[in-house]
Amino acid sequence: MENILEQAKKVAEEAEVFMVSSEETPVQFEANRLKHIQNKRSSSVALRIVRQGKIGYATTTEMDDSQNLVNNAVETAQFGMTAKFELPSLTAYPRVEAYDPDVESVSLEKMIELGEKLITTVREHTPDILCEAEATKGVVSVRIINSRGGQANYRKSIFSLGIEGTLIRDTDMLFVGESESSCHPLLETKAVAEAVLQQLELAKNRASAPSQSLPVVFTPNGAASALILPLMAAFNGKTVLEGASPIGNRLGQPVFDKKLWLWDDPTVAYRPGSRPCDDEGIPSQRTPLIKQGTVANFLYDLQTAARAHTQSTGNGSRNRGGLPSPSPSAFVIAPGKTSFDEMVNDIKEGLVIEQLMGATQGNILGGDFSGNVLLGYKVESGKIVGRVKDTMVSGNIYQILKQITAIGSETKWVGGFLNTPPLYCPSVAVASK
Amino acid sequence: MPHIEVVGHQLAEALRRYSADYIEAHLEESQSSHITYRGRELESIGRTTVIGGNVRALVRGGWGFVSFNNLDELPGKVELAVKQAGLVSNGESELAAVEPVVDTVPAKIDKNPVAMPLTEKKQLLDEYNDIIWHTPKLQTSIIGYSDSHKKTIFLSSSGSYIEQERADINLRLTAVATEGNEVQQTGLSIGSRGDFKAITNRHQQVEQMSRHAVELLSAPQVKGGEYTVVLDPVLAGVFVHEAFGHLSESDFVYENDRLRQIMTLGKKFGSSELNIVDSAAVAGLRGSYKYDDEGVPATKSYLIREGRLVGRLHSRETAAKMKEKPTGNARAINYRYPPIVRMTNTYIEPRTASFEDIIGDIKEGIYAKNWYGGTTSMEMFTFSAGEAYMIRNGKIAEMLRPVVLTGNVFATLNNIDAIGNDLEMNQGGGCGKGGQAPLPVSNGSPHIRIRHCLIGGK
Repeated sequence: MENILEQAKKVAEEAEVFMVSSEETPVQFEANRLKHIQNKRSSSVALRIVRQGKIGYATTTEMDDSQNLVNNAVETAQFGMTAKFELPSLTAYPRVEAYDPDVESVSLEKMIELGEKLITTVREHTPDILCEAEATKGVVSVRIINSRGGQANYRKSIFSLGIEGTLIRDTDMLFVGESESSCHPLLETKAVAEAVLQQLELAKNRASAPSQSLPVVFTPNGAASALILPLMAAFNGKTVLEGASPIGNRLGQPVFDKKLWLWDDPTVAYRPGSRPCDDEGIPSQRTPLIKQGTVANFLYDLQTAARAHTQSTGNGSRNRGGLPSPSPSAFVIAPGKTSFDEMVNDIKEGLVIEQLMGATQGNILGGDFSGNVLLGYKVESGKIVGRVKDTMVSGNIYQILKQITAIGSETKWVGGFLNTPPLYCPSVAVASK
Repeated sequence: MPHIEVVGHQLAEALRRYSADYIEAHLEESQSSHITYRGRELESIGRTTVIGGNVRALVRGGWGFVSFNNLDELPGKVELAVKQAGLVSNGESELAAVEPVVDTVPAKIDKNPVAMPLTEKKQLLDEYNDIIWHTPKLQTSIIGYSDSHKKTIFLSSSGSYIEQERADINLRLTAVATEGNEVQQTGLSIGSRGDFKAITNRHQQVEQMSRHAVELLSAPQVKGGEYTVVLDPVLAGVFVHEAFGHLSESDFVYENDRLRQIMTLGKKFGSSELNIVDSAAVAGLRGSYKYDDEGVPATKSYLIREGRLVGRLHSRETAAKMKEKPTGNARAINYRYPPIVRMTNTYIEPRTASFEDIIGDIKEGIYAKNWYGGTTSMEMFTFSAGEAYMIRNGKIAEMLRPVVLTGNVFATLNNIDAIGNDLEMNQGGGCGKGGQAPLPVSNGSPHIRIRHCLIGGK
């Protein structure tokens, strides 16, 4: 790495070398049986330079071909964006716990046992269900050095456990599923299995929804599938800078319900989205985005922040190996006071949405969502009476989150990127057959 | 580091020495470049070089898989894959028989798009971006261009050794219009199997797309409910891919007895007009190839013929387990993943109806065009149209906000009651499955009419 930096410094004013290597071991079950064990190792290095004021960029998996890497970066710098930022010099980082050495030492046999136990528990409840399960362990190492003397380096461990079940009756299909992830080993299957059993219980009976506006409770999974992507786009500093965010000019203004609080938080101990610094070596911070319904901040990387005349929030991310770009680490919504059961009890006629399929294919920037209820339940007179099908739920998150009836008291992590309680919305458009 | 050819020949010798029912390896060398614009300015431009590979082993029905960037110490990696497969082994290894193949397949393109000067690529994108920015009320643009050139070597313990080259180009243009707090966007996806000319001369389309984004700001949202819907070739292509194509992928079916009953060959799924095909054997499309990633020759497979289910897509394993012929549909997006059953070029065959025939007797319906995306849960599908219009008394009427269509696959295929004569293949975008995205595919159809289609809305 140091030799790449040295070579790059000869042809550029500024240079930064980012190296990531990872090893991941998924143990996969298909059709209720162990099917596949994989071991994936990868390493790549990315070089960003500033040459004649412009940004050049190249990546490679070939560590020993630094000349080609530097040449490619120089070629692209002719056309690159003008660099407005300054790379960080040597910086102190917050202590963020994201590595547990016990993850690497979980044996393949133990991971097989976890998968088998998950499947057995679910099949004891519903014998004719067909399950896919996965237990995965992994370690990621990141190292960043730059021409201003900045350097960062950290390790992260990830362990995840998940199961998806399909139950087919004639041509009717029911999909259930749950997963959990952590930087610690997950050696208990109980929480994941119980969530699936509860879905199977609630979906036992069928119910139908009328085509009209209804009160809807989005469970944490439901919120993740319908509401969160538009929010992530709207709080992205780049969308704001371009004038394409509906809330871009509403900083400090009330846009959402007063009960709503949202942070981007890469500092929660042992969460897969956590890290001491972002992919540009800027220290991690907990950034409030919505305070009591008011827009509080947007998320920035170095270049976008400089163009917007503000500071990086430590959200520079190299998704898919490209140049850093603002991206959330983990969205955390503060819990409210109402339990899930109280929400359901409060509904005369409405829905609980656990999974909305294809909800965010539409106009995400505008906040629109529209999806088919893949897993959701009908509520009648305060009780869940069964599962709904052939039902579309549509809306706009800015209308829906403006007036929330209640925010749940129980929060849950979804997919490592979201921590949220259930959200109870008074009126959402429902269309059904 | 040695070239993959050198490593490949050494490995071919070695593979036979391990005790597994079957071992295969993939080695890959690729170069790619990308250019993205957000707004007026070029945002990111870069070049990427990748070398990597994997080894996959089968032992008594269990698979082990090891992927890597470092091509040193390959024997250790083969041993690890065999050991993992041994831990899994819990049944019989079944793979449909295929003849070992030794072959070299060049990319067959005039010009490697990756090697083209970046100036040339940038100039075209600048022209398109200028058009978007010349549209009044347009807020911003997003453009993503990428190209790749890839050489792969496939080798197996049964003696196959196949070198294939392919190139791919993908371009996505998005126009964003705003007014007050309203934001609307439209998009255009185009691609090709490495031919840069295929994405040039699209200025008129880009202009239309940009104007459309602005027009959407004042368009009404449709009332949700059931409609007669006419799909244009692009959206109908997405529909056939999402609604039926994924259901034809045998890895969903082969160990699922109930789904096997639903998908019994000979069963009626649609009218006798309906033919659905998947074919990697058509030359020159983004889903085309000579051999799949298990070294099986590409085929043209009828999935539905005259309304009846007549075939499905297979890997060697699913074909053996279902006692059917392999179709050469095992694909991996790159060396980091094992091959799984995927579509290639999927389309509805054209019939005789003209567009006027199709919309002529619709009193009130929706004409849906272009696409944002689509997804499926096998039984249910949703896909979203980028453009939509009301049809009133047999005529295209007012423009609508983008619509999302959803339905049950089995009911919806049966509800197709008119198929046009104007087949078009759409080369934009890509397919995702099992964490592997975007895989180059194409899909297509003539205009089709669907009765009783559920549309989300107010």
